[in-house]
Amino acid sequence: MQYLPNILFVIALLAGVGFFVFNIKKLIRNIKLGREEDRSDNKGQRFKNMAKIALGQYKMVVRPVSGIIHVLVYLGFIIINIEVLEIIIDGIFGTHRIFSFLGGFYDFLIGVFEIFALLVLVGVIIFWIRRNILHIKRFLNREMKGWPKLDANLILYFEVVLMLLFLTMNAADLSLQTKGAEHYASAEGIVGAFPVSQFIAPLFENMSVASLILVERAAWWIHILGILVFLNYLYYSKHLHILLAFPNTYFARLKPQGQFDNLEAVTNEVKLMMDPDADPYAMPEEGAEEEVPAKFGASEATDLSWAQLLNAYTCTECGRCTSECPANQTGKKLSPRRIMMATRDRIEDIGKNIDANKGTFKEDGKQLLDDYISREELWACTTCNACVEACPVGINPLSIIMDMRQYLVMEQSAAPTDLNNAMTNIENNAAPWPFNQMDRANWINEN
Amino acid sequence: MAEAIKVPTMAEYMAQGKSPEVLFWVGCAGSFDDRAKKITKAFVKLLAKAEVDFAVLGTEESCTGDPAKRAGNEFLFQMQAVTNIEVLNGYEVKKIVTACPHCFNTIANEYPGLGGNYEVLHHTQFLKALINEGRLTVEGGKFKGKRITFHDPCYLARANRIYEAPRDLLKKLEVELVEMRRCKTKGFCCGAGGAQMFKEPEPGTQDVNIARTEEALETKSEVIAAGCPFCNTMMTDGVKNKEKEDSVQVLDIAEMIASAEDL
Repeated sequence: MQYLPNILFVIALLAGVGFFVFNIKKLIRNIKLGREEDRSDNKGQRFKNMAKIALGQYKMVVRPVSGIIHVLVYLGFIIINIEVLEIIIDGIFGTHRIFSFLGGFYDFLIGVFEIFALLVLVGVIIFWIRRNILHIKRFLNREMKGWPKLDANLILYFEVVLMLLFLTMNAADLSLQTKGAEHYASAEGIVGAFPVSQFIAPLFENMSVASLILVERAAWWIHILGILVFLNYLYYSKHLHILLAFPNTYFARLKPQGQFDNLEAVTNEVKLMMDPDADPYAMPEEGAEEEVPAKFGASEATDLSWAQLLNAYTCTECGRCTSECPANQTGKKLSPRRIMMATRDRIEDIGKNIDANKGTFKEDGKQLLDDYISREELWACTTCNACVEACPVGINPLSIIMDMRQYLVMEQSAAPTDLNNAMTNIENNAAPWPFNQMDRANWINEN
Repeated sequence: MAEAIKVPTMAEYMAQGKSPEVLFWVGCAGSFDDRAKKITKAFVKLLAKAEVDFAVLGTEESCTGDPAKRAGNEFLFQMQAVTNIEVLNGYEVKKIVTACPHCFNTIANEYPGLGGNYEVLHHTQFLKALINEGRLTVEGGKFKGKRITFHDPCYLARANRIYEAPRDLLKKLEVELVEMRRCKTKGFCCGAGGAQMFKEPEPGTQDVNIARTEEALETKSEVIAAGCPFCNTMMTDGVKNKEKEDSVQVLDIAEMIASAEDL
């Protein structure tokens, strides 16, 4: 029975990591439901962008208040993960602070973890106040009602509880070491430095060793189980960004923001039309692949590219895009954040549908256009790129809007009437206004 | 105009067996819109003053396809693009300057993939180069010391990272440049982009150009400087809406330089 805790721990660890891997596989499967797009070029530049934007949080600090607090929480998260490694090893082998052989360096590490735990705690409380007490507009848009709001708060509660457990565990451990309790005390004196939890330890002064062990074990177990639960919560939450920010910034577009991709299928068709020698009835050359796209643009999440779907899963709903969107800021229905959230909702629904129907998608009478994203939203965009610029993790909501407009115009001829007139003008007289092309140079001789 | 400035066409150059230093791409607004034509003429005066050997396509120019593409009509865009590229390549054009950031962006970024490779400059970049080369001199003139704000066109600024050329020109005019609350990477759109110029806005609480004009007016500037004919229209409408047209002007930087030089 001596090894029962070790066995229970290993089971919990395997279950936690196993279910996480199961969900990540599903995530990758869903992302790959998108159409292909080549983002394998310029690896050097891509690594640089990932280092600067994801690892370096370069775009976060464009807004200094939330940016700097976010950097603290992010650093805390990364650094405390080193401690999680020790906790896992201790859990498997039943050891106590296995890394303590590092001596003075170990004391330094634990001290740093504690300080970051405190900073994370403070940061998360400020975040909670910003979300729930201060009336910050970007947290109050219509798409933030219900689950997204709860999700955001749950993440903060998780972090508060985890940090408090971590500090309680250390405080109880410090008390046990001070009291010379077996398994905890070391011949070399106190192991670890406790700059923060030393202020919690006095609360435990009058407790017996047995109760202290109970407190320490309870905190230790709930802490590590909490981490495993949190890990598995990611897939269901906007918090997925802590993982996906890295691939997303790596695969982000590198071209100038103003450059919209030219549709290759259209190019082939246009070239054929413009070529006087082309025979429109000619049979395709032997062996030549004739690529006729199923449709132009996107009306469904699976018409988008995998990179756009990765964008959707990466979005953490911070709303920096929406708060800079000229359409949204002037009361239009469009919110670039909602475009990303709706896209994720749809591809998730498609994924669930596939799972429920043994691996094939069963028509559900819905699509991304109209059922998730309305035309009114799409037509309100000025293509100004403010949302793309604002995103701290390289998401491009504009590209989805453009693909969906393409579907509306090229597949359904469903542009607003004014735009149809402008396009007819371009077609007939080479300008969006009804002026004759032969009058184009009239300005030269006008006074 | 005291004396008419000669604006040669590419066809005329071709007939003489010559080619100009640069093609001036006028754009639809610059060709047809009464307000934008003034910008076109001001820029032409500057080109003439700097003795730039330039030409226009005249009736052979047609819409770059920008509004069609942004409206979602890729087919119409590419038809326009390919037609234009055929004309440009036929004249062996190497260098293009335009006063419209939308034309600039489309030709510079979206034409190369369709066979159109040119050196493309926005007119503010071109004017700056002329000054740097000593071909054009600019002194403060009537704008010296005046409070002036610059509105970043989305397709010049964020889309192509050109923030400084227009500001450098304003500095040459020795103005007191005051930035709006949102500028450069965070510049707020005028509301015309993405083919919005050619349609009614969706229902909302305010028009985008009014919001932007309010921001510009907050700077207490005498002139709202622009670098795009569409921004110019939107901001001019905004200023009229706020009944400030008597105290605040909306001017293209080319117009400012031309009028500072009394051209």
